[in-house]
Amino acid sequence: MEKFFAKHPVGTTALFLPAWIALYAALQPLTDALITLTGLVQGERLTEAVRFFVFEVPKVMLLLTLVVFGVGIVRTYFSPERTRKMLGGRSLFTGNVLASMLGIVTPFCSCSAVPLFIGFVGAGVPLGVTFSFLIAAPMINEIAVVLLFGLFGWKTALLYVGTGLSIAIAAGYIIGRLKVERFVEDWVYQIHANTDALEESIPSFRDRMQSGYGAVKDIVGKVWPYLLVGIGAGACIHGYVPENFMASLMGKSAWWSVPVSVLIGVPLYSNPAGIIPIVQALLEKGASLGTVLAFMMSVIGLSLPETIILKKVLKIQLIAVFIGVVATGIIIVGYVFNFIFA
Amino acid sequence: MTIKVLGPGCMNCKTLEKRIQIALQELGINAVVEKVEDYEKIALYGILRTPGLVVDEKVAHSGSVPTVEKLKEILFATQTA
Repeated sequence: MEKFFAKHPVGTTALFLPAWIALYAALQPLTDALITLTGLVQGERLTEAVRFFVFEVPKVMLLLTLVVFGVGIVRTYFSPERTRKMLGGRSLFTGNVLASMLGIVTPFCSCSAVPLFIGFVGAGVPLGVTFSFLIAAPMINEIAVVLLFGLFGWKTALLYVGTGLSIAIAAGYIIGRLKVERFVEDWVYQIHANTDALEESIPSFRDRMQSGYGAVKDIVGKVWPYLLVGIGAGACIHGYVPENFMASLMGKSAWWSVPVSVLIGVPLYSNPAGIIPIVQALLEKGASLGTVLAFMMSVIGLSLPETIILKKVLKIQLIAVFIGVVATGIIIVGYVFNFIFA
Repeated sequence: MTIKVLGPGCMNCKTLEKRIQIALQELGINAVVEKVEDYEKIALYGILRTPGLVVDEKVAHSGSVPTVEKLKEILFATQTA
């Protein structure tokens, strides 16, 4: 199968796409049939939990596969090297907007945060612009977008992308204005690496499709355990937690719930695949959208391990500013959403 | 031939090191494979994404783990160049 795909990526995709559509359309009737078959009684707690699990797992897996494949192809059109070239010498605000948008589509893994930071800053990309990129790249995560789209619809997905972008732009802009260059480790500025060390070859469309397939293998292969646990937890909340239970804890009336959610979310780290099914179930039980989004963003976008890695290039003051500015942004977003979706 | 694997020691860098050893063995090339884990030294090569592969002090690849086949091509090309 793998070898076959490697040889005929275009043909295999043409074959798989109709199968994908048929399967996706058949999910609801299949789930209903399965529930009837097991003899579980409609409306019972266990039944509802099982139904949630049986329906959501294949649905989310299908969506994930398709989108990761698509994003894998799109990403072959971008590279950090090209992104850096586009960002060099940009003025503060324009640079922040561009960096945040490029952060979504440029292939980036948090383990490369340090070399990327050095490479950007060393090549003359302004510090604040670099931060916009570093904030947007993990925060606006394709898996999160897919799950939000699949579980809540396109409005929530769009909202999430919009707010993620706003936070990345604003936080990068503020950090840029604060003139915190002195809190970057001195050696970073002393490195004058060859910026065009690696010449890139332009991949063929076949190569791009193979990258898409590679991304599916890589990401879906890594994410599925998170997904099972996340949807499992979501199913339990869905079936067993009483209606409106979360209203008092994470509802709009609890004004303190937004900052508390962010405080809890920052040190936690989970793959979006693990957190979003839980988010869905929490919402269903009366938690408010702003609070839940704030929690989710602080879990996905601000992760402690990544921040600790940045300690290699940033002094502790700048790390504090970075976390502070982003966390404040997330809290504001949380309140705004709670206010809008009254 | 000297080969350097650039990376802080994450999963990808370890996989790259393993694959490069296999590729060298299959090609029958004798080479020293060195791991560079220090960020300051990695930065000097100008790569933006880890893992990086340096063959004879030239950056040959960065940002992903190539297959053994691809690595053989890279090694072969540098050897004959």
